[in-house]
Amino acid sequence: MLKIGVLALQGAVREHVQSLEANDVDVVVIKRPEQLQEVDGLVFPGGESTTMRRLINKYGFFEELQQFVNKEKPIFGTCAGAILMARELIGDEDPFLKAMDIAVERNAFGRQRESFEATLKVESVGDDIEAVFIRAPIISNVGQSVDVLATFNGQVVAAQQGPFLACSFHPELTEDRRFHQYFVDIVRKQQPVVG
Amino acid sequence: MQQTGTDRVKRGMAEMQKGGVIMDVVNAEQAKIAEEAGAVAVMALERVPADIRAAGGVARMADPTIVEEVTNAVSIPVMAKARIGHIVEARVLEALGVDYIDESEVLTPADEVYHLQKRDYTVPFVCGARDLGEATRRIGEGASMIRTKGEPGTGNIVEAVRHQRMMQGQIKKIVNMAEDELMTEAKNLGAPYDVLRDIQQNGKLPLVNFAAGGIATPADAALMMQLGSDGVFVGSGIFKSEQPDKFARAIVEATTHYEDYGRIAELSKGLGTAMTGMDITSLADHERMQDRGW
Repeated sequence: MLKIGVLALQGAVREHVQSLEANDVDVVVIKRPEQLQEVDGLVFPGGESTTMRRLINKYGFFEELQQFVNKEKPIFGTCAGAILMARELIGDEDPFLKAMDIAVERNAFGRQRESFEATLKVESVGDDIEAVFIRAPIISNVGQSVDVLATFNGQVVAAQQGPFLACSFHPELTEDRRFHQYFVDIVRKQQPVVG
Repeated sequence: MQQTGTDRVKRGMAEMQKGGVIMDVVNAEQAKIAEEAGAVAVMALERVPADIRAAGGVARMADPTIVEEVTNAVSIPVMAKARIGHIVEARVLEALGVDYIDESEVLTPADEVYHLQKRDYTVPFVCGARDLGEATRRIGEGASMIRTKGEPGTGNIVEAVRHQRMMQGQIKKIVNMAEDELMTEAKNLGAPYDVLRDIQQNGKLPLVNFAAGGIATPADAALMMQLGSDGVFVGSGIFKSEQPDKFARAIVEATTHYEDYGRIAELSKGLGTAMTGMDITSLADHERMQDRGW
């Protein structure tokens, strides 16, 4: 069975675990860097991006994560996760993993009172995806090799570059498992053919 | 079509805080220390609970200048406290753009009968509770996050433990109860029936439940996580300790790795003195903050 990890330093870990398990994969809750070696794909959950990047550095995850990216092992980043994967962050902050050729603007819709939900069409996933945006970022620029999967009011809110998938909203907060299923399919396709 | 202030958006914000530490701060400098240490949010207030306790008198919402100063200093979410039942303080904090309001027993209540109708606000609320009845009443009013009350500003974990044990035990009881026993339990707990029914059907509270009130050490934070808390609030425990930056980092790490005892042993070394604790029995009835609200 496929093994997918959820980075469990902080944030909506349990919801991602449930959404993945509903798609028939083994889920590993990742609290130590060496656990990354045992999984075929990884989810960066929603949470506080500032906090997560500090904890990633402090607990020595950075190099293991970079290797994960270099090996082109699939990663799905939601909200804070998308911020961690970007090549560029709008504003003065340094980018982090640079896994995807996207520029991301944090808290682009405003503070919590501006947080919202909406129904979106997500390419290859579904026409009626309920998207919950919480202090959400937008993907303000995408490179040529990046596919835009969804937009909201003309702003990119979901994108894919090969094995890497990022979205501004939180599919883990709904009962709809299609976005996770889409990621699981990416992980499955990325597996070496045996025999 | 976009909808703001829905339950999913308000409760979802708290979901993003899970496994994290929310720290009380009184100025920009402390807010930066908290963010640097890995806090998931800061609570901006005029005085930490231990100082509120020492000062006596009436404790109110912080000066908006402090809230603004803290908001400008950090990129993590900012919470602030309003007095129980104080509609205008809550509306002012909402207008200031705070990300979460704590309708808090740490401040002197403005209303001894009615809590805020939290459903009416776009901004989400966190409320304290000592047991499931209190928690579900707040949920009924529209709270989006619950925390134990504990006994704030004492540096004594005993009340937070009591409240979390109580809540977890009562949740288990509800989950295992026959459906026809639920209404009587609702009556006994003073709980809204619909909220109890939701808990029974889903096997858990419909929102995030943190621990607060007396957490002073990394081991205290890990203890509360083990008892089933989704995360912790630390009020006076950080900035009343000898070395706030070290304490803040250690409490964050212990919260993440709450079952890794070797690690907690390591990170607890050489932290210096924790905040001074108080025996709960030394408090007179009127000094117990947890008895504010109902």
